[in-house]
Amino acid sequence: MTTAFSESVGIALRVNGEPVSARVEARRHLIDFLRLDLGLTGAHAGCEHGVCGACTVQVDGLIVRGCLMLAVQADGCDVWTIEGQSDTGAIRDLQDAFIARNALQCGFCTPGMLAACADLLAHDPAPSRAVIREHISGNYCRCTGYEAIVDAVEQVAARRGASPRAAE
Amino acid sequence: MKPAPLAYARASDLGHALALWREAGPDARLIAGGQSLVAGLNLRLADVPALIDISRIESLCGLGCEGGTLRIGALTTHAEIGRSEPVARHAPLLTEAAPLIAHPAIRTRGTLGGSLAYADPAAEWPACMLALDAVIVVQSETGERRIPAADFFLGLFETALQPFEILVAVEIPVIAAGRRQAIRELARRSGDYAMAGLAAAGTPSDGGLRDVTLAYFGLGSTAILAAGAMRILDQGGDLEDACAALDDDLDPADDLQASATMKRHLAKVLLRRVVAALSPVMSTA
Ligand SMILES: Cc1cc2nc3c(=O)[nH]c(=O)nc-3n(C[C@H](O)[C@H](O)[C@H](O)COP(=O)(O)OP(=O)(O)OC[C@H]3O[C@@H](n4cnc5c(N)ncnc54)[C@H](O)[C@@H]3O)c2cc1C
Ligand code: FES
Ligand code: FES
Repeated sequence: MTTAFSESVGIALRVNGEPVSARVEARRHLIDFLRLDLGLTGAHAGCEHGVCGACTVQVDGLIVRGCLMLAVQADGCDVWTIEGQSDTGAIRDLQDAFIARNALQCGFCTPGMLAACADLLAHDPAPSRAVIREHISGNYCRCTGYEAIVDAVEQVAARRGASPRAAE
Repeated sequence: MKPAPLAYARASDLGHALALWREAGPDARLIAGGQSLVAGLNLRLADVPALIDISRIESLCGLGCEGGTLRIGALTTHAEIGRSEPVARHAPLLTEAAPLIAHPAIRTRGTLGGSLAYADPAAEWPACMLALDAVIVVQSETGERRIPAADFFLGLFETALQPFEILVAVEIPVIAAGRRQAIRELARRSGDYAMAGLAAAGTPSDGGLRDVTLAYFGLGSTAILAAGAMRILDQGGDLEDACAALDDDLDPADDLQASATMKRHLAKVLLRRVVAALSPVMSTA
């Protein structure tokens, strides 16, 4: 094969707001790139075939499976991980609610879970419990039984809904 | 688990993709959303020497309606179809089906073209294409082929696509006045592939249904039109007779999710539910 094909590819993207350039193996999936090459170990690699949701991150404003997207496919994209989302404070209320409600125990699922829950609240400010459950159906938690996670999301939705009025 | 080393090239347009594919040979794979392919690469299910990334080809994106036909580009994602206003108006079956596919973080990247080319027997889109009489448009170096959905799905993960052919779009006749569409499925957990599912269309008339299409998924090696049950409903026959006809229309095998006997039972449950959705009058009988 000629030069058009390559086993290692140069990419340039933004990760948590910072420009990043790197050479990656074509076979490298995004979650390994973030974790092993950039040291952003927040999001986890669990099943690596799309089932558990531990690797959920945000790419160009949409949540994706980090294990089912190749790093080369993120060339030119805007990627956010739990590290960046924590630093900006964008989901501080959600994180606080997770702690207050015991919505995490071992924490393995939590970065992916927070990404999925933040995505839901961004698009649906007042989701029902059924809608919350549906939206996190692709994020496995082996510890909490989900009830506390749904409680936390519900609480944040209620508080965010109430706060604009409270501020008046 | 990680993919084996492989070569990669990103195609800038359709001609470029076809040229790259010819250069890399027939074993090279196109990658669109990657939601089936990368899972397979991670598990090393297939020996893939090279990937041709078609995911940024502009001409495969977007959808539009013209002259009674809704055309949906191959790269349109499950999520985009689910929230598309033209789709909701002209092919509401697809709006209803989109949220049944996998999970939100998979629907943002998985594409219509990828799902049809992959042809999982339990997938929703192939059955929807059968139910709506869609035409699958494919492109090769020698030109375009237009394949009716009924001739496209040949078997387990097998389609009419030849090597060096790219699925570019589907064309669906817009829903006619008075016509109804519905999809129901039974899955063990939300987001799982269905144990059994049914995508259907029909026109209520005289307390029955006319021009019925019943496309089952998860009940054979490919999506299947239940010809016998369709005929009975078209002729104004009884719903329970149509259910009985499914015994001949379908020949499911045991799989990890359900036994063949259970699948046959679920097929009838689904028919009753779908008929209730298409024709409220008929189901009360
Ligand atoms: C956990 C999980 C659950 C899932 N659940 C469901 C479900 O319930 N229902 C369902 O329908 N699907 C499900 N899927 C599959 C998902 O819908 C995929 O998005 C889809 O099957 C493939 O689309 P893709 O764009 O990701 O294709 P890719 O993975 O990129 O490609 C799949 C195959 O199609 C070929 N291909 C892709 N595009 C084209 C094209 N334009 N022309 C020719 N060949 C092409 C590729 O070469 C490859 O062989 C699930 C996936 C996962 C990981
Ligand atoms: S590691 Fe990606 S879904 Fe499990
Ligand atoms: S907190 Fe342990 S897996 Fe969710």
